[in-house]
Amino acid sequence: MSAVSAPGGALVFRGLTLGYARHPAVHHLDGTVPTGSLTAVVGPNGAGKSTLLKGIMGEIAPLEGAVVRPGLARHDIAYLPQAAEIDRAFPIGVFDLVAMGLWRRVGAWRPLKAHRAAVEAALAAVGLTGFERRPIGTLSGGQLRRALFARVLLQDARVILLDEPFAAIDSRTTYELLALVRGWHAEGRTVVAVLHDLDQVARHFPATLLLAREAVAWGPTAEVLTADNLRRARRLCEAWDEEAPVCRAPAAAAHDHGAHGPPDHLSHDHHTHGHAA
Amino acid sequence: MIDVLTAPFVEFAFMRRALAGCVALSVGAAPVGVFLTLRRMSLMSEAMSHAILPGAAVGFLWAGLSLPAMTLGGLVAGLAVALLSGVVARSTVLREDASLAAFYLISLAAGVLLISARGSSIDLLHILFGTVLALDDDALLLLGGISTVTLAGLAVAYRPLVMECVDPLFLRSVGRASGPVHYAFLALVVLNLVGGFAALGTLLAVGLMLLPAIAARFWALDLTGLMPAAVILALAASVAGLLVSYYAGLPTGPAIVLSAGVLYVASMLLGPRGGLVWRLLPSRHLEA
Repeated sequence: MSAVSAPGGALVFRGLTLGYARHPAVHHLDGTVPTGSLTAVVGPNGAGKSTLLKGIMGEIAPLEGAVVRPGLARHDIAYLPQAAEIDRAFPIGVFDLVAMGLWRRVGAWRPLKAHRAAVEAALAAVGLTGFERRPIGTLSGGQLRRALFARVLLQDARVILLDEPFAAIDSRTTYELLALVRGWHAEGRTVVAVLHDLDQVARHFPATLLLAREAVAWGPTAEVLTADNLRRARRLCEAWDEEAPVCRAPAAAAHDHGAHGPPDHLSHDHHTHGHAA
Repeated sequence: MIDVLTAPFVEFAFMRRALAGCVALSVGAAPVGVFLTLRRMSLMSEAMSHAILPGAAVGFLWAGLSLPAMTLGGLVAGLAVALLSGVVARSTVLREDASLAAFYLISLAAGVLLISARGSSIDLLHILFGTVLALDDDALLLLGGISTVTLAGLAVAYRPLVMECVDPLFLRSVGRASGPVHYAFLALVVLNLVGGFAALGTLLAVGLMLLPAIAARFWALDLTGLMPAAVILALAASVAGLLVSYYAGLPTGPAIVLSAGVLYVASMLLGPRGGLVWRLLPSRHLEA
């Protein structure tokens, strides 16, 4: 696919701090998700995993630093959020919901007819053949999740962000969807997925970012998912501190962060924070 | 029998004009009402109709009981409130309903203040209950123009509007259409309320927009059925209301809205999609 092999397409974090009401949920994150990589984001609850994806999408503005997406337009990134804001009472069928993924190609006016087969194929890929005319309100949670997966499939995006994509999905479907994810990887798309199942990560994801507000470790999965790292992640992920002092760490510009690959990611050790107080 | 239904319109020009105005309003406002109810913004249009009042009042104070002046004023006030509450909802923690409530209350209070400071109570009645039996050429052109713009607008923005209703986050993630579509839709709501305000008055402007749309939920399952159903119900309510007000000597605006209300209650009881009567009939569940 020519769109996929075009240059650029990496996601670069530069001293990225994301958060709510000045409290960081992702703290001074530096590094690059290389083009075509398959990265899992893991970490305890409240570690900032979903926040990181929202930050990449521009849903929330960084408190400091930036996400740089060289060569990527908004529509080049597909996003499967954890809690979709879908109004399930709206009278619309599964076919129409999935066909929304064609937006970049059909826009507001061009006819859907030419893409009918593509929509059917996407539905078939997630095991929802025959559900075309079912109203979305009658789907189970897992079926809706699969429909949203089909929509991501149709978006044909160069970067795909998945936030707990397999929550509420049975193991057999998860296996089929994982095959889709690996297919995207094989096609050279960049995939970032927030996951909780560490076995799944170890088996299917070559790279892992272990996040606990800060990047505890980022690199090849086998090197990241060590008992030691996981313990540190749990310790770092402390509760919201109402009295937290203003962060005195040097501003983003002071770091040296070019577009290095994963090995550079533990650059955090050179400044200390007072959050554990 | 047929004579009873047609004679008033054949005989009197003002009845024909009223009918034409109501047809224009039904065709445009009812589909907008369908989207409003689906977006759970039914009460938002009620609030918005109040927000129009100060603008209309300023127009009234400036030019007397003049339709263009009051319409323009209402349009400006309605669009200002819609835009302000939209901006506040999109840039602060307030939800759309809360920010709209704040602005419409401010606007309504200002409107009542303006009218009571200068106008008499008869003028107030005109503004509140409209002048459907005294529609002049200007008013008819205005109503026709509004319903044309509304249908064209809905056709142009249909796909992104549906997407904005079903999954706003997704529409934001694939392009920039979300904001413009949202504001364009609010503008259509205001436009139709101002149109309804000319024919039915501010208090009842919402009636033809919402009651048929709500009743349509008992007749159709999806959008392609809901919108025609709502238009047909609105047309039926208009004709019925005009006839009732003619024969019984009742005020026309309330008669039309009450007719729509009767249609709503009938739909709720008898409608084939979830009407209450059908629940009483036993029906076995299917095998799969």
